[in-house]
Amino acid sequence: MEREAIIGEKDHSNWRELKNRLFFGTVVVLAGITISPILLIVYKLLAKGLKQINFDFFLKVAPDTLQAMTAVRNGEIIPGGIANGITGTILMVVVASLIAIPVSIVIGIFLYENQGKKYANLIRSLTDILQGVPSVVLGLIAYIWIVQGVTKGFSALAGSVALAIMMLPLIIRSTEETMKMIPISIKEAGAALGVPYHKIILKVMIPSGFSGLMTGILLSISRVLGETAPLMLTTLGSTTINFNITKPTSAVPLQIWEFYNNPNMIDLVWSSSLFLMGFVLTLNIIAKRISMKYS
Amino acid sequence: MSDKILQISNPVLSISNLSIAYGKDKYAVKDVTADVKRNAITAIMGPSGCGKSTLLRAINRMHELYPNIHTQGEIKLNGESIYGISTTKLRRKIGMVFQRPNPFPTMSIYENVIAGYNLNGSKLKKSEKDEIVESSLTDVGLLDEVKDSLNKKGNFLSGGQQQRLCVARALAFKPDVILMDEPTSALDPLSTAKIEDLLVELKEHYTIILVTHNMSQAARISDNAMFMYLGELVEYDKTKVMFTNPKDSRTEGYLTGKFG
Repeated sequence: MEREAIIGEKDHSNWRELKNRLFFGTVVVLAGITISPILLIVYKLLAKGLKQINFDFFLKVAPDTLQAMTAVRNGEIIPGGIANGITGTILMVVVASLIAIPVSIVIGIFLYENQGKKYANLIRSLTDILQGVPSVVLGLIAYIWIVQGVTKGFSALAGSVALAIMMLPLIIRSTEETMKMIPISIKEAGAALGVPYHKIILKVMIPSGFSGLMTGILLSISRVLGETAPLMLTTLGSTTINFNITKPTSAVPLQIWEFYNNPNMIDLVWSSSLFLMGFVLTLNIIAKRISMKYS
Repeated sequence: MSDKILQISNPVLSISNLSIAYGKDKYAVKDVTADVKRNAITAIMGPSGCGKSTLLRAINRMHELYPNIHTQGEIKLNGESIYGISTTKLRRKIGMVFQRPNPFPTMSIYENVIAGYNLNGSKLKKSEKDEIVESSLTDVGLLDEVKDSLNKKGNFLSGGQQQRLCVARALAFKPDVILMDEPTSALDPLSTAKIEDLLVELKEHYTIILVTHNMSQAARISDNAMFMYLGELVEYDKTKVMFTNPKDSRTEGYLTGKFG
């Protein structure tokens, strides 16, 4: 009674309690909806793909249709593996990284050094647009530039160029953000010792931002690992292990697509997907660890 | 010349008619003329935004890192124009210590002290490096505290120790002049006292120019003091004289706490 008199209105605490619970319940349900796809994906991949994973899966190339068909008939696991895809993916990602990392770090540092300038803003906007370009379009561009222009045929190099273009905006932005996080006083310390500009960048700024740069690079790699469309247009695929960047090469996502189109190899779709997912996840975890360890 | 500006014979630095503008006409430093006494501590005081940091940074040309800067006038180090030599050489002769301790986070304590040589690509023998590191750390009184962890990164050091490490890094070049931009403003009173004692010891061998907006600090340790206001050098005198008998009413107002 007294309290009602003081606040001049009815006691609403029950209603507030209810609202609070309602809100909490909604958050829990929505969070559950958000994480359920990833849980379902992991569950399905493990349930369907795990049985194919063995040493051969990593060491042998994909089986031909006859081998797969015989195995499926006899109820055995499909022989062979995705060694041609794994090596192809690694080859193309390494070449793409060699192209993309130096270029993007230089551009990222340029953007950081020219904050607020018109041409820097223009480059930044173009970078954002590049990030929005559909990967299949980048594949087409790499087809025209490299497949038609340089290697005169489908090649790992063309695939690498397409992937490198996809990596550029990711590394550029992460480089710029990393550099912004480094206190300006560190740069001044270098300048006050008479250290020339390029050495401040190379020997002070880049080492100081190493973890941030690494994180950006690893995330961009994990982003392009699963790309399929640009590779279809550029590197085509191969049934053998190939380390010649001017020749058609296989890749894990390409193999998933090939297996999908072959009714006898459906099981390999699941195991290859499981592998790819595990690979990407591992890279993401390493990236997170690095950024936590050095921050 | 005005009687408000102290005259110095055989100065280590002489600044004449120095004006610095950001953009076209925003003057941070207006027509400053002053000589700096050798082996002494010269304090630059004044309220925030009076141009004291800009003046300090002009002495080793660090202010040129800012965009759109215009500088007129002349600064001479031991009679030689600082614009006639490269910034690399100049900054070896004029070291700098900043407001916040800024050791290089990726380097060990040892590498931090020797950083000026390593980053500039000087090829020194290991024994020469050891000697420089040892004498620099001894000079700042840090050697006993860190001698067992020279190869560890400096981030476990306290703020005061880090700042002394930064002083050691500046001393490694055996500079003529050390510029200090409010070196104790981020430190606790105990660390501040240690740095102040250190500065008084260092002036035997080095010339120190100290920017501070802590008047009592200037009174405690400086020999000469400049008072700047709105970019002008209002008064420059022996510290004792300025604090007891300021000639300009603005100096008196600042020192008695009427503004600032």
